[in-house]
Amino acid sequence: MFSRAYKTAVTVPPLAWVAVFLLFPYALMFCYSFWSVTPAQTILHSWSLDNYKELFQKPVYWQTLLRSMWIAARVMLFSLLLGYPLAYFLSFYAGKRKDLLYQMVIIPLWVSYLVRAYAWKTILGSDGVLNTLLQYVHLTSHPLDFLLYSPFAVVLTLTHIYTPFTILPIYASLEHIPRNLVEASHDLGATLAQTFWKVIFPLSIPGVVAGATFAFVLSLGDFLAPLLLGGPSGIMISNIVVSLFGAAYNWPLGAAISLGMLVIVVSLLFMSERLEKKWSF
Amino acid sequence: MILADSQQRPTAPRAIWLLLHASAVFAFLYLPIAVLILYSFNGQGVGGFPPHHLTLDWYRILFADAAIWDAVLYSLKLALAAIVIALGFGIPAALALDRANFPGKTVFRRLVLLPLILPGIITGLSLSMLFKLADVRLGLLTLVLGHGTALISVATTEVFAGLQKLDRAQEEASLDLGANYWQTFWRITVPNLKLPIIGAALLIFTLSMDEIAVSFFLIGRDNTLPLEIWGRLRRGITPEINAVSTIIFLFSLLTIVFWYRLRSQSAPDVGMELLDPPHENVNLSTNPNPAD
Repeated sequence: MFSRAYKTAVTVPPLAWVAVFLLFPYALMFCYSFWSVTPAQTILHSWSLDNYKELFQKPVYWQTLLRSMWIAARVMLFSLLLGYPLAYFLSFYAGKRKDLLYQMVIIPLWVSYLVRAYAWKTILGSDGVLNTLLQYVHLTSHPLDFLLYSPFAVVLTLTHIYTPFTILPIYASLEHIPRNLVEASHDLGATLAQTFWKVIFPLSIPGVVAGATFAFVLSLGDFLAPLLLGGPSGIMISNIVVSLFGAAYNWPLGAAISLGMLVIVVSLLFMSERLEKKWSF
Repeated sequence: MILADSQQRPTAPRAIWLLLHASAVFAFLYLPIAVLILYSFNGQGVGGFPPHHLTLDWYRILFADAAIWDAVLYSLKLALAAIVIALGFGIPAALALDRANFPGKTVFRRLVLLPLILPGIITGLSLSMLFKLADVRLGLLTLVLGHGTALISVATTEVFAGLQKLDRAQEEASLDLGANYWQTFWRITVPNLKLPIIGAALLIFTLSMDEIAVSFFLIGRDNTLPLEIWGRLRRGITPEINAVSTIIFLFSLLTIVFWYRLRSQSAPDVGMELLDPPHENVNLSTNPNPAD
């Protein structure tokens, strides 16, 4: 029904745009990661693996990468622990208020990310809302200073930001479950716990995998929350990249780190897609 | 059905635990927003419990703050231009994915979606390398290209979902009756995709207004609103930031309300692909045998 000319007209412009502004820049970043920079801050276009060697030899890089992954893993875990029961409640117990409650999950997503990270900063600071509240009710006599500028603050804030992202796919997969399966399980004498673990949970795994991937991948590359709330011990890998592109001015090394992140993220996406397919019905 | 069913069974303790958990999670999600708004009225600055000397002074300072409003204007321009680019290339991309076969289609689909899930700094960085190579000065142009490119994915996803539900008979009729493809596109395809397109535009607008990671690498002398706020946060915190955040929050709320009113008026079952649950499955599950 659609002519060749029509297909060409809708295919070529987006294809060309994506090639110039996405594919080519990624390729350029790949090239940069093999180049080097002189002390006079000019880029040398000679090819070597030195940047990658430096990544593995200097502990600061891989340690920060590991710490970022550990932070992202905790964010993922907490988001699932908070998100799954909520999605389950919405799907099976919320009744008429289902749609309203669902919208309430989405609304925080529309609130600026920066604004929410900032809000946590004002809550956790040493003169912040939480510390002054604790002193006001005489639970503590002086400010708890481990709250802000710590990995704890980063994990808390990122969990707050990405929990709705994990709820959405889990809820969608729970809604997909045909209710007659659940009824059949009840009718055949399974207890609520058995029905949950043997019918509902396995069928919701694709949503869990998608939500977990969102939370992990999005928090792994974050650089605002660590800068705003992390302090020196909460620095993440993206912060290093940012500083290499700014003050430290070593674009090639920054490109190598970014490429490492890209490989991690793309392989995680690939794995999660495989898992989702395996568990979908 | 399942609710009525589960109420007959001895499920009360489980439902209560789930309800408590849900309330706690909602409190966790909304508490920071509530604190933020409350302290925008606090005369004593940010923090300090209990808040007292409630005042509108921070809003007065905010309204007289020219730098903030310049940044707002700049961000608005940027977001509108990003919508034009993202829709201008995202709609054809969705049509191509729906209707054409071309080599590399799968790669293209994945590539378009990548900026949505990839850390923003990777997209920002790689684009800044491109602009350095092409010797383009960083400024509004580079920001628009960056935001537009990163958000094509939103337009493509929403419009593609709309196309999947679209009945092609109308387009076919239009073509049979002698309209050309251009006329058919504007008079049949676009009006039928009105809701996904508006939904995509709203999402692109919101995401662009909030974007930091990509902007961070592509910004020239002028600040976008988030980067202006960011710059001030690094110098110290004042309730003026709470005030501007509160206004942004109210603005976002208005956008959502606008979207849901629009949707309920025209087609309540059309969702925002990136955010909404699959409605048709809910119906399917309540009536397991749709044939009767």
